[in-house]
Amino acid sequence: MRIPSVKRLLSPQLIALLGVLLFNWIVFPGFFDVAWRDGRFFGSLIDVINRGAPVAILSIGMTAIIATRGVDLSVGAVMAVAGAVAATCAVTGQPVIIMLLAPLAVGMLCGLWNGFLVSILGIQPFVATLVLMVAGRGVAQLITEGSIVTFNDPVLIFIGTGSFLGLPMPAVIAIALMVGAHLLVRRTAIGLFIEAIGINRSAANYTALRSRSLVLAIYAFGGVCAAIAGTIAAGDIRGADANNTGLWLELDAILAVVIGGTSLMGGRFSIPLSVVGALIIQAMNTGILVSGFPPEFNLIVKAGLIIIILVLQSAKLAPTLDRIIKQRPVQPSIQTSEKTG
Amino acid sequence: MPTDFRPADPGSVGNRQPETSGADANVVLVAKGIVKTFGNHTALDNVELALHAGEVHALLGENGAGKSTLIKIITGAYTPDHGEISVDGVQVHFTTPQQAQSAGIGTVYQEVNLLPNMTVIDNLFIGRQPRRYGLVDRRKMAREAHRILSQYGLDIDVHAELSTFSVAVQQIIAIARAVELSGKVLILDEPTASLDRTEVEKLFEIVRRLKARGLAIVFITHFLDQVFELSDRVTVLRNGRLVGSETIGDLDRTSLVRMMLGKDLAFVHAELAADDTEPSSPLMHFRDFGRSGSVNPFDLTVHRGEVIGVAGLLGSGRTEMARLMFGIDTADQGALNIDGEKISLRAPQDAVSQGFGFCPEDRKVDGIFGDLSVRENIIIAMQAKLGWLQALNRDEQMEIAEHFIEALDIRTASADLPVKLLSGGNQQKVILARWLATDPRFLILDEPTRGIDVGAHAEIVRMISRLREDGLALIVISSELDEIVSYSSRVVVMRDRSLVAELRGAEINPSSIVRAIAAQDAEAAE
Repeated sequence: MRIPSVKRLLSPQLIALLGVLLFNWIVFPGFFDVAWRDGRFFGSLIDVINRGAPVAILSIGMTAIIATRGVDLSVGAVMAVAGAVAATCAVTGQPVIIMLLAPLAVGMLCGLWNGFLVSILGIQPFVATLVLMVAGRGVAQLITEGSIVTFNDPVLIFIGTGSFLGLPMPAVIAIALMVGAHLLVRRTAIGLFIEAIGINRSAANYTALRSRSLVLAIYAFGGVCAAIAGTIAAGDIRGADANNTGLWLELDAILAVVIGGTSLMGGRFSIPLSVVGALIIQAMNTGILVSGFPPEFNLIVKAGLIIIILVLQSAKLAPTLDRIIKQRPVQPSIQTSEKTG
Repeated sequence: MPTDFRPADPGSVGNRQPETSGADANVVLVAKGIVKTFGNHTALDNVELALHAGEVHALLGENGAGKSTLIKIITGAYTPDHGEISVDGVQVHFTTPQQAQSAGIGTVYQEVNLLPNMTVIDNLFIGRQPRRYGLVDRRKMAREAHRILSQYGLDIDVHAELSTFSVAVQQIIAIARAVELSGKVLILDEPTASLDRTEVEKLFEIVRRLKARGLAIVFITHFLDQVFELSDRVTVLRNGRLVGSETIGDLDRTSLVRMMLGKDLAFVHAELAADDTEPSSPLMHFRDFGRSGSVNPFDLTVHRGEVIGVAGLLGSGRTEMARLMFGIDTADQGALNIDGEKISLRAPQDAVSQGFGFCPEDRKVDGIFGDLSVRENIIIAMQAKLGWLQALNRDEQMEIAEHFIEALDIRTASADLPVKLLSGGNQQKVILARWLATDPRFLILDEPTRGIDVGAHAEIVRMISRLREDGLALIVISSELDEIVSYSSRVVVMRDRSLVAELRGAEINPSSIVRAIAAQDAEAAE
């Protein structure tokens, strides 16, 4: 009994994305126009994918973290740290390989720190990652010595603004990371283990899952994702801005994960749907910009969307909505109506 | 624990109160013709229940019989599709639990539904705090709390957090709250499931006092002994239908079981009692194995093809011993030898790689992954043993899951159903299947039959014997002596965190076990 692909395509997240895109098309008829110039595509739709890439990349790591019943508030700050490291490498003329790997290594180190606090010391994720959320920007400022470090390194600029097969590099990286991460968790047993840990940590322990190391590794992965996003952001503006790179993006990443259907209580998760969530957020941002509404509306619309999603996902409404959508009565199994009594 | 409690008078156990004639006069609650369906599934079909003032009314039935649904309808959590409920002769339509509560119907659920991190006072008065000058009058609350709890023989610090008290005390507080709020009907949903024998006695004493005060008490339990000990009348449901409602004096154990199951259970014990075969070869040896502050060092040799029953009261160190043997807690003294080789158990992974499996006592907290499917719950220990790289694909998982669903007769609509939707007995079988899938040579089962219905109970008891015949070594912890006696080839007794006795052969009978458990108390008394 495989899940039919049609049903998967009709996930509420994709319907929502289509809805937002259609809305954008209505308020801005040129929205779906895509032009081919200088060996790459241009257009609002491409902008959505390009601009949405950093949050999409953050949401990939965030999905795994939230699925373990955790959260990582530090990803925005880690972006700034990674950007600062990349920029500093560029201006000090480090070899390309160092310039690309150093930010990732630093990001992984940040993730390991979070993971150490959460998994080994058992500190609540919210508090544990708050530490680096605050300290991270300080570290980034120390690296850039308080100024905005600008660079002209062609490799970094290519990562931030270049294109591959006609698509913007950030989007290409995000898609590759999404596919890679999805295959990694679903083709191995990692996905099942993550869900098991998120659903019942104690039972995972009794089942002899190596919860500690896995949670540690997942936070490290989250750090690497943040570092990738940070490198892209630095390449995009050709500089490292310790104060503003990735500012508040952790919240967008969490929102993307929640839109993607992963519960903040941990458990079942889907990386591709989180990426769709990130695209929904960016499509709304872009839509408001191209439609000529004042950008302040963006925040209010976002808040409205959050409310709608939370209502749709609320446990109390779920059976009713299920019935409406499927047009048939809810049929709990024989045991559903009974607890152990 | 309350200390000023008089133990229940043993003489009163046999003395049933004579059935009040002309009972209709003191009928408190009547539910008639109750029908409740969920989709295509009929949970209750024309069920009746009449509760009299001053009676303990046992509501019995296997899992899925409809007990919980009926209780939820009486307490306003569900609305019936058909049928009527009247309280004191007046017809009522509850749409919320609050309405039922104010009509006098109070409930204490299986999992005590109080607030563990608030004080006893808060738990007793939350939502109805006495006010003084518009502020909560804490002094009055404390006074009242003492007064209320003293009626239950409980003299405790009412300012302490609820979670600092034992489950038994919490249960009494829950009952006190329910009685204060309601006062006509008290529904106790498996109140004894996590209590030990002395705590059960205390609870029963309280129930008898409330009965004397004229409350109608509904008592839901899986323990038949307790039904006969406490109740005046029994109503049995099966598959959503009323089987019958009888005065306890008109019933014996066999007829009650027959009402519940539609069949006799005697064969289970007949089949099992016989086996006295000597276990074959020693598998492992725990020598001076212990952990300070948890379990005193013990010596135990485990053979292939034997069941070692572990008896002892709650808190005697039974569960701690099991946790130690599985590496959840690490031993700080002694050694484990398997086939002559010294093995250290630093984590459950070490135990699993030696072919150990462990079904923990608290299924919900330590056992199941509620949102994962039955299939995933079954394969997860095997997958953990294989490691993350060697993933079982969906078809392989399905094959394993379906094999065990059939072999253990796990009742589920599909292997892809979330395991939380299954009944307790079926969840227990899923966890057993999880470990059997790892092809173990040593299984530890901690209270494998707690809180599950009679039918599943018998199946699990039979399964234990079958696994033993297959050459597995098993350690089974249980509070039910009849059960331990029926499958154990050896019984070890725990007391005060020490292994104090080992019984073999003819010594394995309930009275010797009880003597071994109680030995120290007897010495102290002399």
